[in-house]
Amino acid sequence: MRITRMTAVAGAFALAMAAAACGGDDSGSGAGSGIVGKASSQKKLVVGVKADQPGLGLQTGGTYTGFDIEIAKIIAKGLGVPESGIEYKTTVSSNREPFIQQGQVDMVVATYTINDERKKVVNFGGPYYVAGQDLLVAADSTITGPEALVGKKVCSVSGSTPAKRIQNDYKGVNLQQFDSYSKCVQALSNKTVDAVTTDDIILAGYAAQEQYAGKFKVVGKKFSDEPYGIGVKKTDTEGCNKINEILKTAATDGSYKAAWDSTLGKSGTPAPQLDVTKLTNCS
Amino acid sequence: MDVFSDSANIDTYVTGFLWILKLTAAATVGALVLGVALAAFRVSPIPVLRGFGTAWVNIFRNTPLTLIVFFCYFGLYSALGLTLSDDIDRNNYWLGVVGLSVYTAAFVCEAIRSGINTVPAGQSEAARAIGMSFLQTLRIVILPQAGRAVVAPLGSIFIALAKNATIVGTIGLMESSSAMKDLINANGDAVVPIFLVFAGTFAAVLIPTGYLFGWLANRLAVKR
Repeated sequence: MRITRMTAVAGAFALAMAAAACGGDDSGSGAGSGIVGKASSQKKLVVGVKADQPGLGLQTGGTYTGFDIEIAKIIAKGLGVPESGIEYKTTVSSNREPFIQQGQVDMVVATYTINDERKKVVNFGGPYYVAGQDLLVAADSTITGPEALVGKKVCSVSGSTPAKRIQNDYKGVNLQQFDSYSKCVQALSNKTVDAVTTDDIILAGYAAQEQYAGKFKVVGKKFSDEPYGIGVKKTDTEGCNKINEILKTAATDGSYKAAWDSTLGKSGTPAPQLDVTKLTNCS
Repeated sequence: MDVFSDSANIDTYVTGFLWILKLTAAATVGALVLGVALAAFRVSPIPVLRGFGTAWVNIFRNTPLTLIVFFCYFGLYSALGLTLSDDIDRNNYWLGVVGLSVYTAAFVCEAIRSGINTVPAGQSEAARAIGMSFLQTLRIVILPQAGRAVVAPLGSIFIALAKNATIVGTIGLMESSSAMKDLINANGDAVVPIFLVFAGTFAAVLIPTGYLFGWLANRLAVKR
């Protein structure tokens, strides 16, 4: 009796695994397998975005808003996919590569810094924006830059690039790490920490949130360059090239500026220039 | 596997698991002391203490640990100013220990109380008949037998505690799960190996622990 039951369980498990494997195959093999093929044949795209970064990718109820979302819409439009054909999927920093590799998303537009380790597994289009690490402090704070942080408490997200940079390059700074920026901002508003550090564009999004209006300011002294890219499968060179083409068009036809003005631009920052000479070569 | 040939990465990994060990050790002591005291409260003849014990168990057993740990930081430390250490990591560590202890104590209390029920009523009646007070009965007669009956469930609780310790990562301690995220974030090309190493370490430590408690439970069981 026991043996038969075990066999049944094992059989069910094997079936489930097989089904899962089939599912994986299905999503991988569209026409041309890259995003260009999928977009033209199915008129659908699954886009990985952040859900907790105001101004960039923020989920409220079932809808996503922000600059990353607008960029995703521009790309989708360029690929011939209508807005209704875009399906957004929430990603966090640590699952962006697996999502792309396993085909759970077709592309990732999620404050995704282009770097060498990531380039090994992901193909990057863009950058569509070059952010830089900066500090968010209380409106009446006297902190003027990273050099003024010695002995102060600074908050960032555990394991993020900004947190590492503080640890390695600015000794004597007390680093408090949380698993989300919202907790850091909460701690800053309680005055438990003296500053929050990450990419300026993310900080600007928090500073512009209604409940914190007037309480915080971004110091405005970048101390790094974080080029944001659009991640697609490593093998999808065609898709990557197409994304760069679309970005080139967007830089001149005003749609890039419109995307900025309707999201991050609301805080009064003028739209940056999309530098088309810096686009990746998709290799 | 070249991720784990980089000494900085090894460092992250080792520190992560050291924090887990330290959290588990301190919280085990805390939870055991608190839990036994709570169990004593719950069987005591004084209604106020019984009520206190019941309230504690019901509140903490039914609150997600993430919330408790979150409250330890934002409530006890941030709002109420309870500072347990001047070092930022030590402070988070002790706040985490407090959270883990009060949570796990609720489970320990219930395990001990179920152990108390395995001690035949005749034992406490006999103890009372020779003139022992409530505390004496509990300390000398009941708890030693009850404790030996619940070694196995306590083992499960402490194994769960070791894994729960990763939740302290939410208030910024670089314990193993934060360390894992950290490595994955920096090494997007080696997600699966990193995950397997971290999961494997937990399994490699906790599976033998489970057997140890099983063996202890057999050895210490009161033969009736």
